[in-house]
Amino acid sequence: MAEYQYIGKSIPRTHEIDKVTGRAIYIDDLKLPGMLYGKILYSSYAHARIKRIDTTRAKQLPGVRVVLTGYDIPDVRVGFIKDQTVLKRDVVRQFRDEVAAVAATSPEIAREALDLIEVEYEELPGLFDPFEAMQADAPLVHELDARGRPLRTNILPLPWKFSAGDIEEGRRQSAFTVKDRVTTTWVNQCCMGTSGCVADFDANNNLTLYNQTNVIFGAKQRIGDYFSKIGLKGKKIRVKNVVVGGSFGTKLDTDIYEFICIQLALKTKKPVKILFTREEEFKALPPRQPAIFNIEQGCDKEGRLTFRHAEAVLDNGAYTSWGVTTPSVMMTPMSSLYRVPNVFFKAECVYTNNIYCQAMRGYGTPQATFAVETSMDRLAEAAGIDPAEFRIINRNEAGDITPMKLKITSCGLLECIEAVKEKIQWDEKKGLQKDRGVGMASLIHVAGGARVYKSDGHGIRIKVDEEGSVDVISGGTDQGQGSFTVLAQIIAETMGFTPDDVSFTIGDTALGLWDAGTHASRHTFVAGNACILAAEKVRRQILEMSAELMPRIIQYGLKRKARMDKEFQVPDIDFNLMTDPENLDINNRIVCLKSDPDNPLYQIDVTQILRQGLHVGTGESKTVMAEVFYDPPTQMLDREFKGNYSMTYAFGTTGAEVEVDRATGQVKILNLVAAHDVGQSINPALIRGQIYGAAYTGVGYALTEEIKVQKGKVMNPNFRDYQILTARDRIPVEAVVVEKGDEDGPYGAKGIGEPGLVPTAPAIANAIYDAIGVRIKELPITPERVLDAIKAKEGDDVC
Amino acid sequence: MKKVSVSFTLNGDEVSADVPITWTLLKTLRETFELTGAKEGCGVGECGACTVIVDGQTVNACIYPVPEIEGRHVSTIEGLADKEGNLDPLQTAFLENNGVQCGFCTSGMIMSAKSLLHDNPNPSEDEIRSAISGNICRCTGYVQIVESVDLAAKKA
Repeated sequence: MAEYQYIGKSIPRTHEIDKVTGRAIYIDDLKLPGMLYGKILYSSYAHARIKRIDTTRAKQLPGVRVVLTGYDIPDVRVGFIKDQTVLKRDVVRQFRDEVAAVAATSPEIAREALDLIEVEYEELPGLFDPFEAMQADAPLVHELDARGRPLRTNILPLPWKFSAGDIEEGRRQSAFTVKDRVTTTWVNQCCMGTSGCVADFDANNNLTLYNQTNVIFGAKQRIGDYFSKIGLKGKKIRVKNVVVGGSFGTKLDTDIYEFICIQLALKTKKPVKILFTREEEFKALPPRQPAIFNIEQGCDKEGRLTFRHAEAVLDNGAYTSWGVTTPSVMMTPMSSLYRVPNVFFKAECVYTNNIYCQAMRGYGTPQATFAVETSMDRLAEAAGIDPAEFRIINRNEAGDITPMKLKITSCGLLECIEAVKEKIQWDEKKGLQKDRGVGMASLIHVAGGARVYKSDGHGIRIKVDEEGSVDVISGGTDQGQGSFTVLAQIIAETMGFTPDDVSFTIGDTALGLWDAGTHASRHTFVAGNACILAAEKVRRQILEMSAELMPRIIQYGLKRKARMDKEFQVPDIDFNLMTDPENLDINNRIVCLKSDPDNPLYQIDVTQILRQGLHVGTGESKTVMAEVFYDPPTQMLDREFKGNYSMTYAFGTTGAEVEVDRATGQVKILNLVAAHDVGQSINPALIRGQIYGAAYTGVGYALTEEIKVQKGKVMNPNFRDYQILTARDRIPVEAVVVEKGDEDGPYGAKGIGEPGLVPTAPAIANAIYDAIGVRIKELPITPERVLDAIKAKEGDDVC
Repeated sequence: MKKVSVSFTLNGDEVSADVPITWTLLKTLRETFELTGAKEGCGVGECGACTVIVDGQTVNACIYPVPEIEGRHVSTIEGLADKEGNLDPLQTAFLENNGVQCGFCTSGMIMSAKSLLHDNPNPSEDEIRSAISGNICRCTGYVQIVESVDLAAKKA
């Protein structure tokens, strides 16, 4: 393996010093002169007709600048399939429906004004069960589609169907089959910084939106689309991020509160901030998409998978954000986690009067992987094969082309499974302990971009000034993962500079070049490759400049030294060696000979080159800069949802050892080993951070976290009742990093943002089964569910 | 709105202010003194993003009534580095050991750790975990935060 200066080193996050000194400006901290504060009034019912809204008293409250209802702004549809409006008129379809909004001089006044808005509703019956909502005679959540055409069903007209091979042939080849119903629920992303933005129009109605989005250009497009429908076509839009207090998927879509904030700012001609309370974050922010799977798999006598057949029903809630697209991502594990020749997967998304959903770390992969890996364990047992061995038999390998036409170019799955086996002492513990057990699960996820839009590219600009400062402008964003550090390492390594030389300006549509978004674990891979290309260009420019100037500068230096010191012996230097940029290299800011980098006679500090080279004189000044766009040569998925939509794929395996208390149903995690094929570590400390954090959220997904929704209403909108894990829930996580290198990755790296979460829940569920012989197929695996399952099993045993 | 006059010590300086009587310490720090390091993550004392130290004890500033601050000593993240700007070992350790990701919980997390190390310079892992158990973090899984506190304790 190549010896790197900065790649593979745990370089500290010194670029983010403001985060440890309290100086970093989050949306909470942003205050513009004259800024007003917006608040939103939500529906009091899951489904109702609005009979009357009276805002008179709210408008009279001193400090209130505007009160808006759906009748005050254009009735324009927004959202992924344009199935909702910004403020709702006539009918509300969920508790989080935005009915009115206020802008006032303080958040307190705005909140008080909400209480003065009178809304009279006529309650309508609600639909809260997706299976009921699917019935032919079910009342409709929406009577018309975006174009005003009548709808006849609550099932969304989406094409989520994947088929490869021949399921019936697979069944015929099967010696063993298993069939399971597996259920996942709503969970909240729980960003520590809540949702919010500041909208600011100039006198020409050009907008600056201070935002927290992961997708600055996507946000700009969506707002531009909205502008074109509200009479602001052609007005300029600048989306500018502040420091982002976590995302985990929440900042992919443009949420309704952002459009409301824009309307409030437009009406008041003042900057307006909307900042969610924690309660709003739980009630009014779309969470992870729940899904219910019926999954069937088969294998032959040798344990080789013969087919996988899965059908999913997704409670879409009342409107549509990215949650509805999770089946397109579920197709990756459904079709390609382990080698399975015959696959069928279908998902139906159904309107109900529940909350609607969006992206969360892993997108649909955690849900689908819980289904696949529950089924894998059951099938291994049916076939009488050790579950680890069963997974090894069916493992993916480099060179595979999966049924989805994913090209597996590098794959460390075997190494991950073996690492987990060893670390968790699988062979010693599996099936041998009383009330203690071990389990494992694996994952596949995109790790080399994800061509979900026409462009999966990333644009970057680098300029180098006369002091050797490297300023980078990127169209990407950072939500805490540490892009500044990782990309600075990549640029420094490529240029021969140091990470400290590199500064970033990111998250600003006015400055950055197009980026498809910091999502899909794509940033290190795609932005990293763009950084390499741009850094190579500026490096080349500096070397060309050096070839021109280096002999002269060195010669001048030697002559001067000889003048000052009569005894100085001028060394014999072959200046011709320096006149060809091909002969030169840059190493830690020193320009040197490629063939003899340590020879001090042929070395010069890069600042000397840059100072003389950049500012030559009148009409002669030069620049060292590069502008690069990298778009991985991948494919859009075709109509059958097939195609190599990422340059490479991440693999990993989580192993869990648990202890179950049969009296209380409590599950204690004794050990959690998360082994991940990362290609190549750019920054091992940051990789561990991604794995630990994701695994912890995965443990919450497995055992505690659930947004409790009763008849459409969120019943536990706070951290305590939601049961988020704290430092006291001591979960021993060990991160194992497998580095096999990926030929297309920047220095061999693959994405690692999401994978850590994905296999955690099924690994724990499988370990619980090993401990107590009870298989729980519904998340979260609460003590109540464990006790119920134990009781049910004992009942079965008695019978 | 009825106001209250409060005088207290803030990061070593004597300060006073007239603030609405209903305000919390957090709102006062953020609005009146423009110290925005302490954050409101929940507003009900569950998440610890607003943690500051009052008379040597960590408090959730988001539920601390401002009249109660009269005559007390308040330390916030902004006062942690010395006057020359040299970072506290905790701040350095969090940066060096990836104890920071999104950073929203970081101010509160570091203040909880600061209070711990003041009372107990050589804490065990359990003691560290207990000290930060009122500070919720969604990014890190706490592992590298615990490591950072441990590292700072060992360096100090």
